[in-house]
Amino acid sequence: MLSIKNLQAKIGEKQILNGIDLQVNAGEVHAIMGPNGSGKSTLASVLAGREDYEVTGGEVDFNGKDLLELEPSDRAAEGIFLAFQYPVEIPGVSTINFMKTAVNKIRHYRGQSPLDAVAFLQLMKEKMKLVEIDQSLLGRSLNEGFSGGEKKRNEIFQMAMLEPKLAILDETDSGLDIDALKIVAHGVNSLRSKNNATIVVTHYQRLLDYIVPDFVHVLYKGKIVKSGTKELAKELEAKGYDWIKNEAALV
Amino acid sequence: MTTSTESFYTRIQQSALPSYFTEGTAKRQAALQRLAEVGLPTIKSEEYRFTPITKSLEKKLTWEISEQVSSISTIYSLLVNGLDAHLIVLINGRFSKQLSNLKELEKNVIVTTFNEADKQSKEVIQKLLGSVGNSSDAFALLNSAFYQEGIFVHVPKDTVVSKPFLILHINDAQQKQVISHTRLLTVVESGSTVSLIEKSDSVGEHNCFHTFTEEIVVGENATFDYCKIQNDGRAIHQVSNTTISQSDSSKVNTFTLTLNGQLIRNNLSIMIDGEQCESHFNGLYLVKGNTLVDNHTVVDHQKPNSFSNEMYKGIMDENSKGVFNGKIYVRPHAQKTNAFQSNRNILMSESATINTKPQLEIWADDVKCSHGCTTGQLDEEALFYLQARGIPHDAAKAMLLYAFALDVISLVKNETLRNYLDGLITERLHKNF
Ligand SMILES: Nc1ncnc2c1ncn2[C@@H]1O[C@H](COP(=O)(O)OP(=O)(O)OP(=O)(O)O)[C@@H](O)[C@H]1O
Ligand SMILES: [Mg+2]
Repeated sequence: MLSIKNLQAKIGEKQILNGIDLQVNAGEVHAIMGPNGSGKSTLASVLAGREDYEVTGGEVDFNGKDLLELEPSDRAAEGIFLAFQYPVEIPGVSTINFMKTAVNKIRHYRGQSPLDAVAFLQLMKEKMKLVEIDQSLLGRSLNEGFSGGEKKRNEIFQMAMLEPKLAILDETDSGLDIDALKIVAHGVNSLRSKNNATIVVTHYQRLLDYIVPDFVHVLYKGKIVKSGTKELAKELEAKGYDWIKNEAALV
Repeated sequence: MTTSTESFYTRIQQSALPSYFTEGTAKRQAALQRLAEVGLPTIKSEEYRFTPITKSLEKKLTWEISEQVSSISTIYSLLVNGLDAHLIVLINGRFSKQLSNLKELEKNVIVTTFNEADKQSKEVIQKLLGSVGNSSDAFALLNSAFYQEGIFVHVPKDTVVSKPFLILHINDAQQKQVISHTRLLTVVESGSTVSLIEKSDSVGEHNCFHTFTEEIVVGENATFDYCKIQNDGRAIHQVSNTTISQSDSSKVNTFTLTLNGQLIRNNLSIMIDGEQCESHFNGLYLVKGNTLVDNHTVVDHQKPNSFSNEMYKGIMDENSKGVFNGKIYVRPHAQKTNAFQSNRNILMSESATINTKPQLEIWADDVKCSHGCTTGQLDEEALFYLQARGIPHDAAKAMLLYAFALDVISLVKNETLRNYLDGLITERLHKNF
């Protein structure tokens, strides 16, 4: 589904990604871990198409398309979804209105007819239930005055609405209480299928108890320095990153 | 400088009023004398620092007014779609009885030109004209000296005028340039409710210069809603001077929308000469091309215990220029005043500019006042967020700009009018940006 080869990117003069290789197949869950500032969000942003980052080398293939050539909105329409680490507040735009536009723009891209008001409402009701989010929240200005947890839950609600092929969850677990974490994980798990894939960026094993990964990767200084199974996450939880940093320094 | 401009300046210098003005000559003469003293503004004039209107007028027009007949017979396309209103049409500065529609006015409501006013109304006009808006603005003086027609609206006590008044200014420049000066005096007696919409348009290819001076007296417990729509696609120069005076417990809402024009200057002053008053004044300017829009507002708290809130927003694209100046005065005994002001701007291009300046002068000590002005670009983070959800760049941009702009029309109560304004804003933001 997603094939990243030797991806390099910088912002301004600062080189952040130093040659990333990653292969994600349909049906898989990949966890990306790594110390603060190692480039996890940068990788997520580059995949979603943020223009601040300049790709300086490498390639990304997504279902046979050159992802790096596509506009951010086209990437979303092709099935990429990024749950933001820091969701943006947008005064004057409600989640409902904005989702209606988003859903129909994506349908348009795929050559489908727009959802009418009734069908949209029905879809929304169903997804609201899945992530246990309150309708009053969705009628308010997007993320404005939302608590940290409400913002994250709203991200997952949007993911549920858009049913992406590849979801990239950037620290969606941070700021969530235990109950919210379970709800979010339940949402993610019920959307999983053999046709889609998930990349979860996280610092904590606790999320991976609920969303069980097939692979775990450690990103350090803009490179994937170690990959393994879910056992690797447990090891990191127990030992921290020092041993990995040392290993990386030896190479 | 053209000879006609020179001779016009000489006329001002010598306070020589043309002989065709037969009514209100004493006041006209006085205004012309004041104008000779203050002179037309240059960019050295503090109040016109960023708005080189005199220079622009000299370049584009000759100053002398010449009465111009118009062949306009239908105004349908210039109306506010679907709005049921008392219609007052002014063409090239003159009242058009034919095109106006003032049937179904509530009992004892008077709408008349100054000339045709009855004796009683003439007395009111004589007493009030020039005393509400006693401005030293050069264009207000110019208007006071040379106004071609005055409209007097009088709403008696405890009257709800159910339909809004729509004043339509049309400048017909099909034959040659048009200069028009018009005037409005409105008295809303205590306990009454009135809504007034003012819209200006021009037809034809020649240049236009229009000044409009309005004086509005809002009595105790009265409610006055005001909306100005400036959407003239042609090269019009326009200066409006609007003064609203409020008595105890009155409510005033104003909304000024500017979308088009060559050079637009709005002087809006609210004199809060009463206690427990409430005034909201909102403005929105969405401009592009070479349009210059300048809003100078004054809110003058003269009595205690009143509330005012001002919110102006602007989006400047291409080579357009915005100017905002907001003065808040709180006089020494106007204690417990609440006065708020905000001016927010978005610049869409490298060459668009905004000059914004709040000016607070507060002499009372027990007051709550705040102001804030911001100028920025479109929020790139928000833009990316929307795009990442599948909304293409241009649509995402339009969505953000619309969200930025829209709350200023929330105070417009008339639904038809609000939808019309919403439509104008939507069209501008979706199609042209
Ligand atoms: N706009 C920017 N200008 C300069 N440096 C930047 C910019 N954005 C990110 N960086 C730097 O890039 C590096 C990687 O940042 P990134 O956000 O990708 O880290 P992360 O792995 O997601 O960290 P965290 O775990 O704290 O979320 C950091 O050193 C960060 O300071
Ligand atoms: Mg991060």
